Amino acid sequence: MAGFDKVVSSYEEAMQGLEDGMTILAGGFGLCGIPENLIAEIQRRGTTGLTIVSNNCGVDGFGLGLLLEKKQVKKMISSYVGENALFEKQLLDGELEVELTPQGTLAEKMRAGGAGIPAFYTATGVGTPVAEGKEVRVFAGREYLLEEAITGEFAIVKGWKADRYGNVIYRHTAQNFNPLAATAGKITVVEVEEIVDVGELEPSQIHTPGIYVDRVVLGTFEKRIEKRTLKE
Amino acid sequence: MALTREQMAQRVAQELKDGFYVNLGIGIPTLVANYIPQDMAVMLQSENGLLGMGEFPTEETIDADMINAGKQTVTAIKGASIFSSAESFAMIRGGHVDLTVLGAFEVDVQGSIASWMIPNKLVKGMGGAMDLVAGADNIIVTMTHASKDGDSKLLESCRLPLTGKGCIKKVLTDLAWLEIENGAFILKERAPGVTVEEIQAKTQGKLIVPDDVPEMQFAQAS
Repeated sequence: MAGFDKVVSSYEEAMQGLEDGMTILAGGFGLCGIPENLIAEIQRRGTTGLTIVSNNCGVDGFGLGLLLEKKQVKKMISSYVGENALFEKQLLDGELEVELTPQGTLAEKMRAGGAGIPAFYTATGVGTPVAEGKEVRVFAGREYLLEEAITGEFAIVKGWKADRYGNVIYRHTAQNFNPLAATAGKITVVEVEEIVDVGELEPSQIHTPGIYVDRVVLGTFEKRIEKRTLKE
Repeated sequence: MALTREQMAQRVAQELKDGFYVNLGIGIPTLVANYIPQDMAVMLQSENGLLGMGEFPTEETIDADMINAGKQTVTAIKGASIFSSAESFAMIRGGHVDLTVLGAFEVDVQGSIASWMIPNKLVKGMGGAMDLVAGADNIIVTMTHASKDGDSKLLESCRLPLTGKGCIKKVLTDLAWLEIENGAFILKERAPGVTVEEIQAKTQGKLIVPDDVPEMQFAQAS
């Protein structure tokens, strides 16, 4: 099936065209809903000088932490980082640049990027270090910062189910940044737990319509838990 | 006696109202969930994208795809909804959350808050804190009144880099319940057995002490 068929048969094919110095938007919050196999494929490729836009940066040895091992990341744009020792070391050694961005602003930057909105005003960060160098404008007596949208050459996304047309649904809170990243990549790659026939997903329940998606790949997932917390 | 962490959570819980949507930060704010009155319906918002957060799971119900903003595994209550992070912060930034409770390093008389960055120490990031303080109208900050060295955290002007400017109106410390108005802290309640003099001594910013400053009241048992 050609036409709208987005399914590719390997991870190598899924990340074809990735080059040094590109910007990659990644879904996930902590280790929840991260495109773990696509990240491992980027590590395998050894692509360097990457700018990664992701809320967090994984942990040592898993998730985006893998890309630190061979120093593939030039810059992280994130809201909360440093859950890994290697990250801290590379930051202190000046090998890694970090642009800390408030979580809601980061989500909206991706959303805006995918929606063709170049910038937006938000009250978040006014009067803080985040405001440095940014335009401030007053609306109805309150100050707002001008924040610019983010797009990337690639978006890497973890879905639950997709059909061959690239319509995607996410499972529980593994949704997080995934649908936002999916809209803002020039090439959007989605790895999923299950690929279903076209027509099987209820149209009104689809989170990411296939128009945003370029490639779908089927994977198996470890789904590591960062903070396993049980009821006492 | 200074309040324990549990007593601080209990005191904050007295500010809850039936039908409130509430965002609780990490630490003492999280404990507030343990003191929601039985006869009250409160829905907890977790900024990664969950409205209607339930209790922690069991070995049987634990699910890697179900976590809260502190990255802990959680459950969802009946009637919960799950959405993207952009939707989540739209409801926060848009002022739809009724109450936000979060911790801080410092608060000042202008209602500014510093909670995320200590210069020359590794900065991990602000997470969603800047969005939460900018978006919510009703915020309670919980923190100890002074550092272990005795330095006041209630200041004339925050010394650390800010999380938000002029956005805090209510502060609960281990010693007192205070409100911020017209460039001053107003002492509303004292922790049981704590004197006005002690609070005064540990408050660096301007403190207004009304004629009557009652002790906090706590329900029996619990």
